[in-house]
Order: sequence, then C-alpha cells, then structure tokens
Amino acid sequence: MTRTSTAPPATAAGVPQTRKTRTSAAQRRAVLLFVAPFGILFLAFYAVPILFAVVQSLLTVERKGTFGPPQQVFGGLVQYQQVFQNSEFWESVGRVLLFGVVQVPIMLGLALVFALLLDSPLLKGKKFFRLAFFAPYAVPGVIAAIMWGFLYSPSLSPFDAITSQVNFLSADLVLWAVANIVTWVYVGYNMLIIYSSLLAIPTEIYEAARLDGASNLQIAWRIKIPLVVPAIILTGVFSIIGTLQLLAEPQTLRSFSSAISSTFTPNLAVYTTASVPNYSLAAAFSVVLALATFVLSFVFLKATQRKVSQ
Amino acid sequence: MSAATAMTTKKSAAVTTSPRGPRHSIMSRGAAMLIMGVFTLYFLTPIWWLLVSSSKTGGDITGTAPLWFTADSIPTFFANLGNLFTYNDGVFGRWLANSALYAGLGALLGTIIAAMCGYALAKYEFRGREAIFNVVLSGVLVPATALALPLFLIFSQVKLTNTLWAVFLPSLVSPFGVYLARIYAAASVPTELLEAARLDGSSEARTFFTVSTRLMAPALVTIFLFQFVAIWNNFFLPLIMLRDQALFPVTLGLYAWNSQISQIPELRVLVIVGALVSILPLIATFLGLQRFWSSGLGAGSVK
Repeated sequence: MTRTSTAPPATAAGVPQTRKTRTSAAQRRAVLLFVAPFGILFLAFYAVPILFAVVQSLLTVERKGTFGPPQQVFGGLVQYQQVFQNSEFWESVGRVLLFGVVQVPIMLGLALVFALLLDSPLLKGKKFFRLAFFAPYAVPGVIAAIMWGFLYSPSLSPFDAITSQVNFLSADLVLWAVANIVTWVYVGYNMLIIYSSLLAIPTEIYEAARLDGASNLQIAWRIKIPLVVPAIILTGVFSIIGTLQLLAEPQTLRSFSSAISSTFTPNLAVYTTASVPNYSLAAAFSVVLALATFVLSFVFLKATQRKVSQ
Repeated sequence: MSAATAMTTKKSAAVTTSPRGPRHSIMSRGAAMLIMGVFTLYFLTPIWWLLVSSSKTGGDITGTAPLWFTADSIPTFFANLGNLFTYNDGVFGRWLANSALYAGLGALLGTIIAAMCGYALAKYEFRGREAIFNVVLSGVLVPATALALPLFLIFSQVKLTNTLWAVFLPSLVSPFGVYLARIYAAASVPTELLEAARLDGSSEARTFFTVSTRLMAPALVTIFLFQFVAIWNNFFLPLIMLRDQALFPVTLGLYAWNSQISQIPELRVLVIVGALVSILPLIATFLGLQRFWSSGLGAGSVK
C-alpha cells in the first residue's frame, strides 16, 4: 500500500535508469520537506522536554553553609528516593487508579449502550440524540467543573432537595463528584467513536443473522460488540491516559470544596511541588507519571490485543 | 482502529436503514426512548441551567426557579453581557481573542504539519520510516499534561515563560494527528494518482497541496477539530506558563475569576455568563463543521 513509484514495467525498461534516480531524489527532498516541520517541533516540544525533565530530576539543590547561595548539583536518584517515600504522591496515584477502575468502565459501558441504541432500529430522532449527547464534549473541563460546582454546592444548587441531603463536595464523595463531571463530558465523545465503528459493519451480516432468527439483543451481543472491540480498546486507552492526568476538574472544584487537597491527583501534586518551587522533585513526579501512563496504556493495549486474537 | 478506520471502510449501504426484520415490540422501543430521554436530560440540564442563570442577577440565581427565566431575563442577560465585557478593562474579550489565537491558528498550523508528516509516512518509502512512526505512536501515549512541567523548565531556560509562544508553540504538536493522517492517507490517496501527477510534471509538494489534501479533507477536518478542542481546553500548560492576565486563554481566566468569588462575590454572575460565552465558539465550530466531520465519520469516503 505504500509502494513508491517504481519504473513502469516492460515498456520503459530501457529508458528510465536516469529518470528513476532523479525522481527518487525529488521524493527524498519531498519527504524531508514533509517530515521536517513536525519532526523539529516534536523534538523541541516532546523529546527535549522529556530528556530535560529526566536530567532535572537527577539534580538536587545544595547550599554552601546554611546561608550560602543555592546550587544545583548532580544528586543521582535522590529525587526518586523522595518520590517513593512521598506518601501524598502515592495516595494521589491510588486515588486516580480507584477513580479509573470505577469511572472508566461506567463511562465506556454507557457509551457502548448509547452507540448500540443509536445503531438499532428502535430509536427515532437519532440525529438529535447524537448531538445532545456529544454537546458536553464542547465544554472545557474547567467550565464543566465550574458548572457542576454550582450544581453540587448546597447553597447554590437548583437541586437543593438533593444537595441539602447529600453533600457531593464532602471528603467521601468529592472523588465521585469529579467522576460524574468527567463522565458527563466524555461519554458522548466515546459514544461517537464506537458508533462510527458500528456504522462500518456491513448490514448484510445482520440480515443473515436475522434470517437465522437472531433477536436484536443477540445481534448486539454476538455480532456488534465483538466487532467494535478495537474501538472500545482505543477509547479505553485514551480514558486511562486521561484519568492519570486529571487536573483541571479537581483544581477548579477546589474553590467549591475544601475536601480537595493540593495533592489530590498526581498532576496536582506536580503543580503544587513546582510552585514551591521544587523543580527537581516535580520533574521526578512528572517522569514517574509519564512512565506509569505509558506502561499502563501499553500493557492494556497488549493485554486486550492478546485477548482479541485468541 | 477508531474513527479513522470507520471513515475509510464505511459502506454506503449502511446509511440506509436495513429492511425491517422482525417487528420490534412497543416495549423495547419505549425502553430505548426512555433511556435516551433520561440521559438527554442529564446531558443538557447543566447547559440549560447555565443559559438560564446567565439571564439573572446575582441574587436571583439562587432566589428564583433555577431552571426557568425571570420576568426581566432578556434585559438582565444583556446587562450581564455588558458587565462581562467591560469588567477590568474588558479583559474577558482579550481572553476570548487569546483562546481563538491559540486554538484557531494553533490547530490550523498543527493540522497542516501533522498532515504533511502523516502523508509522507503513508505514501513514501524511506529509511527510518517505521522508526519515526513508532516514535510518533509513543508520543500519542505520552500525555500532554505530563509535558507541561518539563516544557516550563525548558522555556524558563530561554526566558520565554509568560509569553504567547510558551502556550502557542507546544500546542502545534499533535502525534495523534499524524497517526490519523497516515491511516487516512494510506487508504484514500491512490498511489497511481501520485504517479500520474509525477508524469504530468507536478512537484511532490504541489501534488500534496492541490490533490492529496482534497482527498484527505474529511480526515483533516477531524484532526483540526480535535486539536482545536484540545488546545481550547488545555489548562495545565497555560496555568504553569502564564502569570500575565492579558495572555490568559479564556478557560484560565474564568478559573482565576472563579477562585476569587469568595472575595469578590459579584464575579459569580460574570463567571456564569463567561462560561456560557466561552462554550459557544466550540459548539458553533462543531455545528458549523458537522457536515464535514460527520461525513468524515460516515459516508463519502469510500474509494
């Protein structure tokens, strides 16, 4: 599928030697022209920062005497030792993992159900539902958190019948209040990805199944869901990445709830530590977080791929 | 995988509803409509509340029926809007313009850059191609927020924190865009066509910009939209980079106002109206480009 132009067969056999080398030189220049802009930006704003963070995380601040000027010196893995001893950081990691284990399946489950309903013959007004469910995706996390923050808070909420009974912003529930916001924003997006993958299934398959007497539910369960597993895996990976990166929603909710600490999520811990400023420790947090994200999504991809291919 | 594959493999036959199979009972139809109806309320009520609250004075937001307008909603709405754009020397308008610049121009340039790279990876054979693609793929798995602090450290080395560039330049890089562009270019730009263009004497770059980008249009719109949303929503990078209010994107500005409400209560109304105003451009962009991205996700791409 990615053949480059080789010389046309037979007829041109005598001529093209020189032309072939000329076109391939032109093509090499073209490749360079096409790849260079992204390559340079990627190096400058992806690769170099990662390296820089690794280097920074290996430094430590030392002072000559008690009041001497601070100096950055090579400290080896001192910062990583600190990372592993930092209970607040690991609590925040545990918190987002718990969040992910509960919220991601609920969100993707809902997205799958909605996508299947949109794809079923049971529903009228599909276009409306598609847009209505997708609309929250256009709401930035900060804005969504501000909106829901008002809706949750006992003194301001329009639903005070509920919020006077249950304090969603209390220490026990605030994590799930964040989960609700994230679900609200992203269900429609995930629904669309799964739905577009459902649309790609040729309808003949269903017709054959119907002739064999399969019900809608059986078709959904035995044909549609297995065929959209790759789409679900993709949404799963993005959800895992998103969960570990949680920042905007909890950070914004902090002005509504005192139950969200300054190290509520790993990224909040990074931000708080960087504001101290303790760049080396914050860089070490970032490196650990990036690695954890990478490993987790990679393992998830591999594990699900194996399962699918079995 | 994902939308991209669907774009390319979609059979036009799938659009037309299949001939009715067995009759569907009223029960299951009703249940389906009920589920979707309940969740429509869940998804739209907060936005509706925002719209209604934007048309109330500070006291009325809590004092009146929360999900319905008051008698003088319309004049109050315009008064709120006026206050929003004049408060603090009209800094809110500045924030909107900044967001439009970061997200609009950033996504536009980012899409072109990603499309060129993805196209080269799909349609040319060269040494290191697979290596580059693998690096790009791992870039997809390294989340942007994990880069915010390292980027801050780099930019402070060259004394560029608290500038427009600190937010704009990193936003141009979209590994996922390259990934989508490659998949789509491989499927929708026929190699024979490129060969024909070469025989006609068209340069590679010209072929790309005049022929290939047209064939890739649905994917390009999709990449643009998702990058636009990603930049518009980006929070950590501006939060950590910017101190000067005049450079804030609208999300960071509203966040800053929201955290001052306890000291300056009149900001509450401005935050609510500002939130409404700030989501309108995104909704407008999605609706305006809907024809393109739903055709990207749907029919029209079978070659």
